[in-house]
Amino acid sequence: MAKARKFRGGRVIPGFGLTFGITIAMLSILILIPLASVLFQSFRLSPSEFWGIISMPNVKHAFATSIGCAFIAAVINSIFGIMLAWVLVRYEFPCKRIMDGVIELPFCLPTAVAGITLSKMYSTKGEIGGPLFDWFGLRISYTHVGLVIALIFIGIPFVVRAIQPVLEKLDSQYEEAAYILGASRRKTFFKVIIPELRPALLTGFGLAFARGIGEYGSVIYISGNNEKEHTQVVSYIIMQKLNYLEYESATAIALIMLIISFILLLFINIIQIRQSRRTNNI
Amino acid sequence: MAYMKDDQRKKLAVDVTRNSKGATKYILITISVLFVFFMLILPLFSVIVNSLKEGLGFYLEAISTEYVLAALGVTILATVITVIVNTFFGIVASWALTKFTFKGKQFIATLIDIPFSISPVIAGLAYIMTFGRSGWAKPVVDWINDMLGTDIKIVFAIPGVVLATIFVTFPFISRELIPVLNAQGTDEEEAAALMGAKGWTIFKRITFPHIKWALVYGVILCTARALGEFGAVNALSKTRGETFTLPLEIDALYLAGSADSITASFAVSSILVIIAVIVLILRNIFEHKSKANREV
Repeated sequence: MAKARKFRGGRVIPGFGLTFGITIAMLSILILIPLASVLFQSFRLSPSEFWGIISMPNVKHAFATSIGCAFIAAVINSIFGIMLAWVLVRYEFPCKRIMDGVIELPFCLPTAVAGITLSKMYSTKGEIGGPLFDWFGLRISYTHVGLVIALIFIGIPFVVRAIQPVLEKLDSQYEEAAYILGASRRKTFFKVIIPELRPALLTGFGLAFARGIGEYGSVIYISGNNEKEHTQVVSYIIMQKLNYLEYESATAIALIMLIISFILLLFINIIQIRQSRRTNNI
Repeated sequence: MAYMKDDQRKKLAVDVTRNSKGATKYILITISVLFVFFMLILPLFSVIVNSLKEGLGFYLEAISTEYVLAALGVTILATVITVIVNTFFGIVASWALTKFTFKGKQFIATLIDIPFSISPVIAGLAYIMTFGRSGWAKPVVDWINDMLGTDIKIVFAIPGVVLATIFVTFPFISRELIPVLNAQGTDEEEAAALMGAKGWTIFKRITFPHIKWALVYGVILCTARALGEFGAVNALSKTRGETFTLPLEIDALYLAGSADSITASFAVSSILVIIAVIVLILRNIFEHKSKANREV
C-alpha cells in the first residue's frame, strides 16, 4: 500500500504539510526546547563540577533508592499484573466489570492524594499499618517498604493494561494443542502462554519502572524523605535543590534522570516495534 | 482455525481453562480481589473516612476556605486550557502520524511519549531553565513585555502552571487516537480524496466518526490528569492562594501537620477522589462504546 503510493509520487490524502508542521512546532515548543534547556544549562558545568554533584552521597543514595524500589515494585507488579489480567480475561465472576474499571484508578487519582492517603493508611496508627505494627511490630510508612507500596499502587495499571489486550487476542489453538497433547495446565501456562505475553509484559514492566523512577507525588509522603535512612527519592532531591535555588545541581541530577528515561523509552519502543512486526506478519 | 468463529474459539479456550478443577481459578480470583481491594479500593474509603473525621460542618468549612476556592479556580483554568491545547495537538498529531508514511515516524511518536516516562519535577525544572531568571527565553519574554507594555510572568505564575500541566498530559489524547486510526487504515480517506473531498470534509465526515469515542475517552483521562498534576506544578508555583492548584493546597494542608489541617487536606482530597471515581465510570462507559465502534 505504502509502496504503491510512493510510486505514484505525492500523497493522496491532503493535509500532510499542515498537520506535520503543527505537530513538530508544538512538540518542539512545549516539550523539546524546554528539555534542551536543561541539557544546555547542565553543559555550563565543568565535568568535575558535574561529577562532584552527582557523586554526593545523598544523590547517590537517592538514585539507588529510586531505581531499586522502582525495580522491586515493577517486578511485583509484573507478577500481580499477569494474574489480574488473566483473571479478568479468562474467568467470569460477579463484579468483574467493577474490578476491571478500578484497575485504572491510579491513572485518575491525583498523585498527591494517593500519597497522603497511603502514607496515613500505612502509618503506625493507620487502617493497615496500625494492626501490622501492633501485632508484628512492622513499620511501613516512612520506610523503603512504604515507598515500594506506593510505587506498586502507581504502576499496576501499566502492566495489566499492557497484557490484557494481548491475552484477549491470544490464539487459543496453541493452548488447546498443548492441552490435548497432554501438557499440564501449569506447563501450558509457562511454556505456551508466557512466551506469547513476553513483549507485552516487558512493555508493561518498562512503563511501570520508568514511571516509578521519576515518581514524585505519591512517594514523597510515605517515604519520609529521611537522608540517614536513604528514603529520599531523586525527584525529591531535585525539588529540594530547586527550593534552595541550587539550579546547577538540579539540572545535573535531572540530566542523569533524563538519560535513564530515554534509555527506557527506547527499550519500550523497540519491543513495541518488534511486537507489531510479529503480529503483522501473521 | 478458519473453521471456527472468533467467539466460538474464545469460548473453547474459556472452556478448556474452566473444565479443569476449579481450585486454581478460585485461588487466583481470591488473590486478585484481595489485591484490588487492599491496594486500590481501601485507599478510596480511607480518604472519605479521614475527611469526615471532624464531622460534616468541619468538612464543609474546610473545602470552602479562601485558599481552597482560589486553588479551585487556578486548577479549573489550567485544566481547561490544557485540555483544549492537548485535544488540538492530539487530533493533528495522530492525523499526521497515521494517514501518511514518512521517515522518522516512529521517532516522532517516541518523542511525543517523552512526558510519560520523565519525572514531572523535571518538567517543572525544564520550564524554570527556559523562562526563569537564568533561562535563555527570559529576554524574549522581557522583550515582548516591553513591546506590549504587559507584565507577563511565566515561572512562579499562572502561565507556568498552565505550561507544566500541558507538558505532563501532552501525549494523552494522541495516544488514544493513534491505535484507533491505525486500525482503521487509510482506504476510506484515500477514496474520499480521490473523489475530490477536501481535507476538512474528509476529517469531519470520515475520520471523526471513527475516533469520536476514543477522543472523548482521551479527553476524560487528560482532564483527570490535568486536575491532579502535582510534581511539575509544585516546581513552578510558590504562592498559596494565588498560583496554587488543588493538589498543592492539599500538600500545604497536609504538611502543616496539625490534626485539623490534615483532616482538612483529606477533605479537599475527597473532592478530587469523587472526580476520579466519576472519571473512572465515564471512562468505562466510553471505553466500551469505543470498542464497539471499532468492531463495527
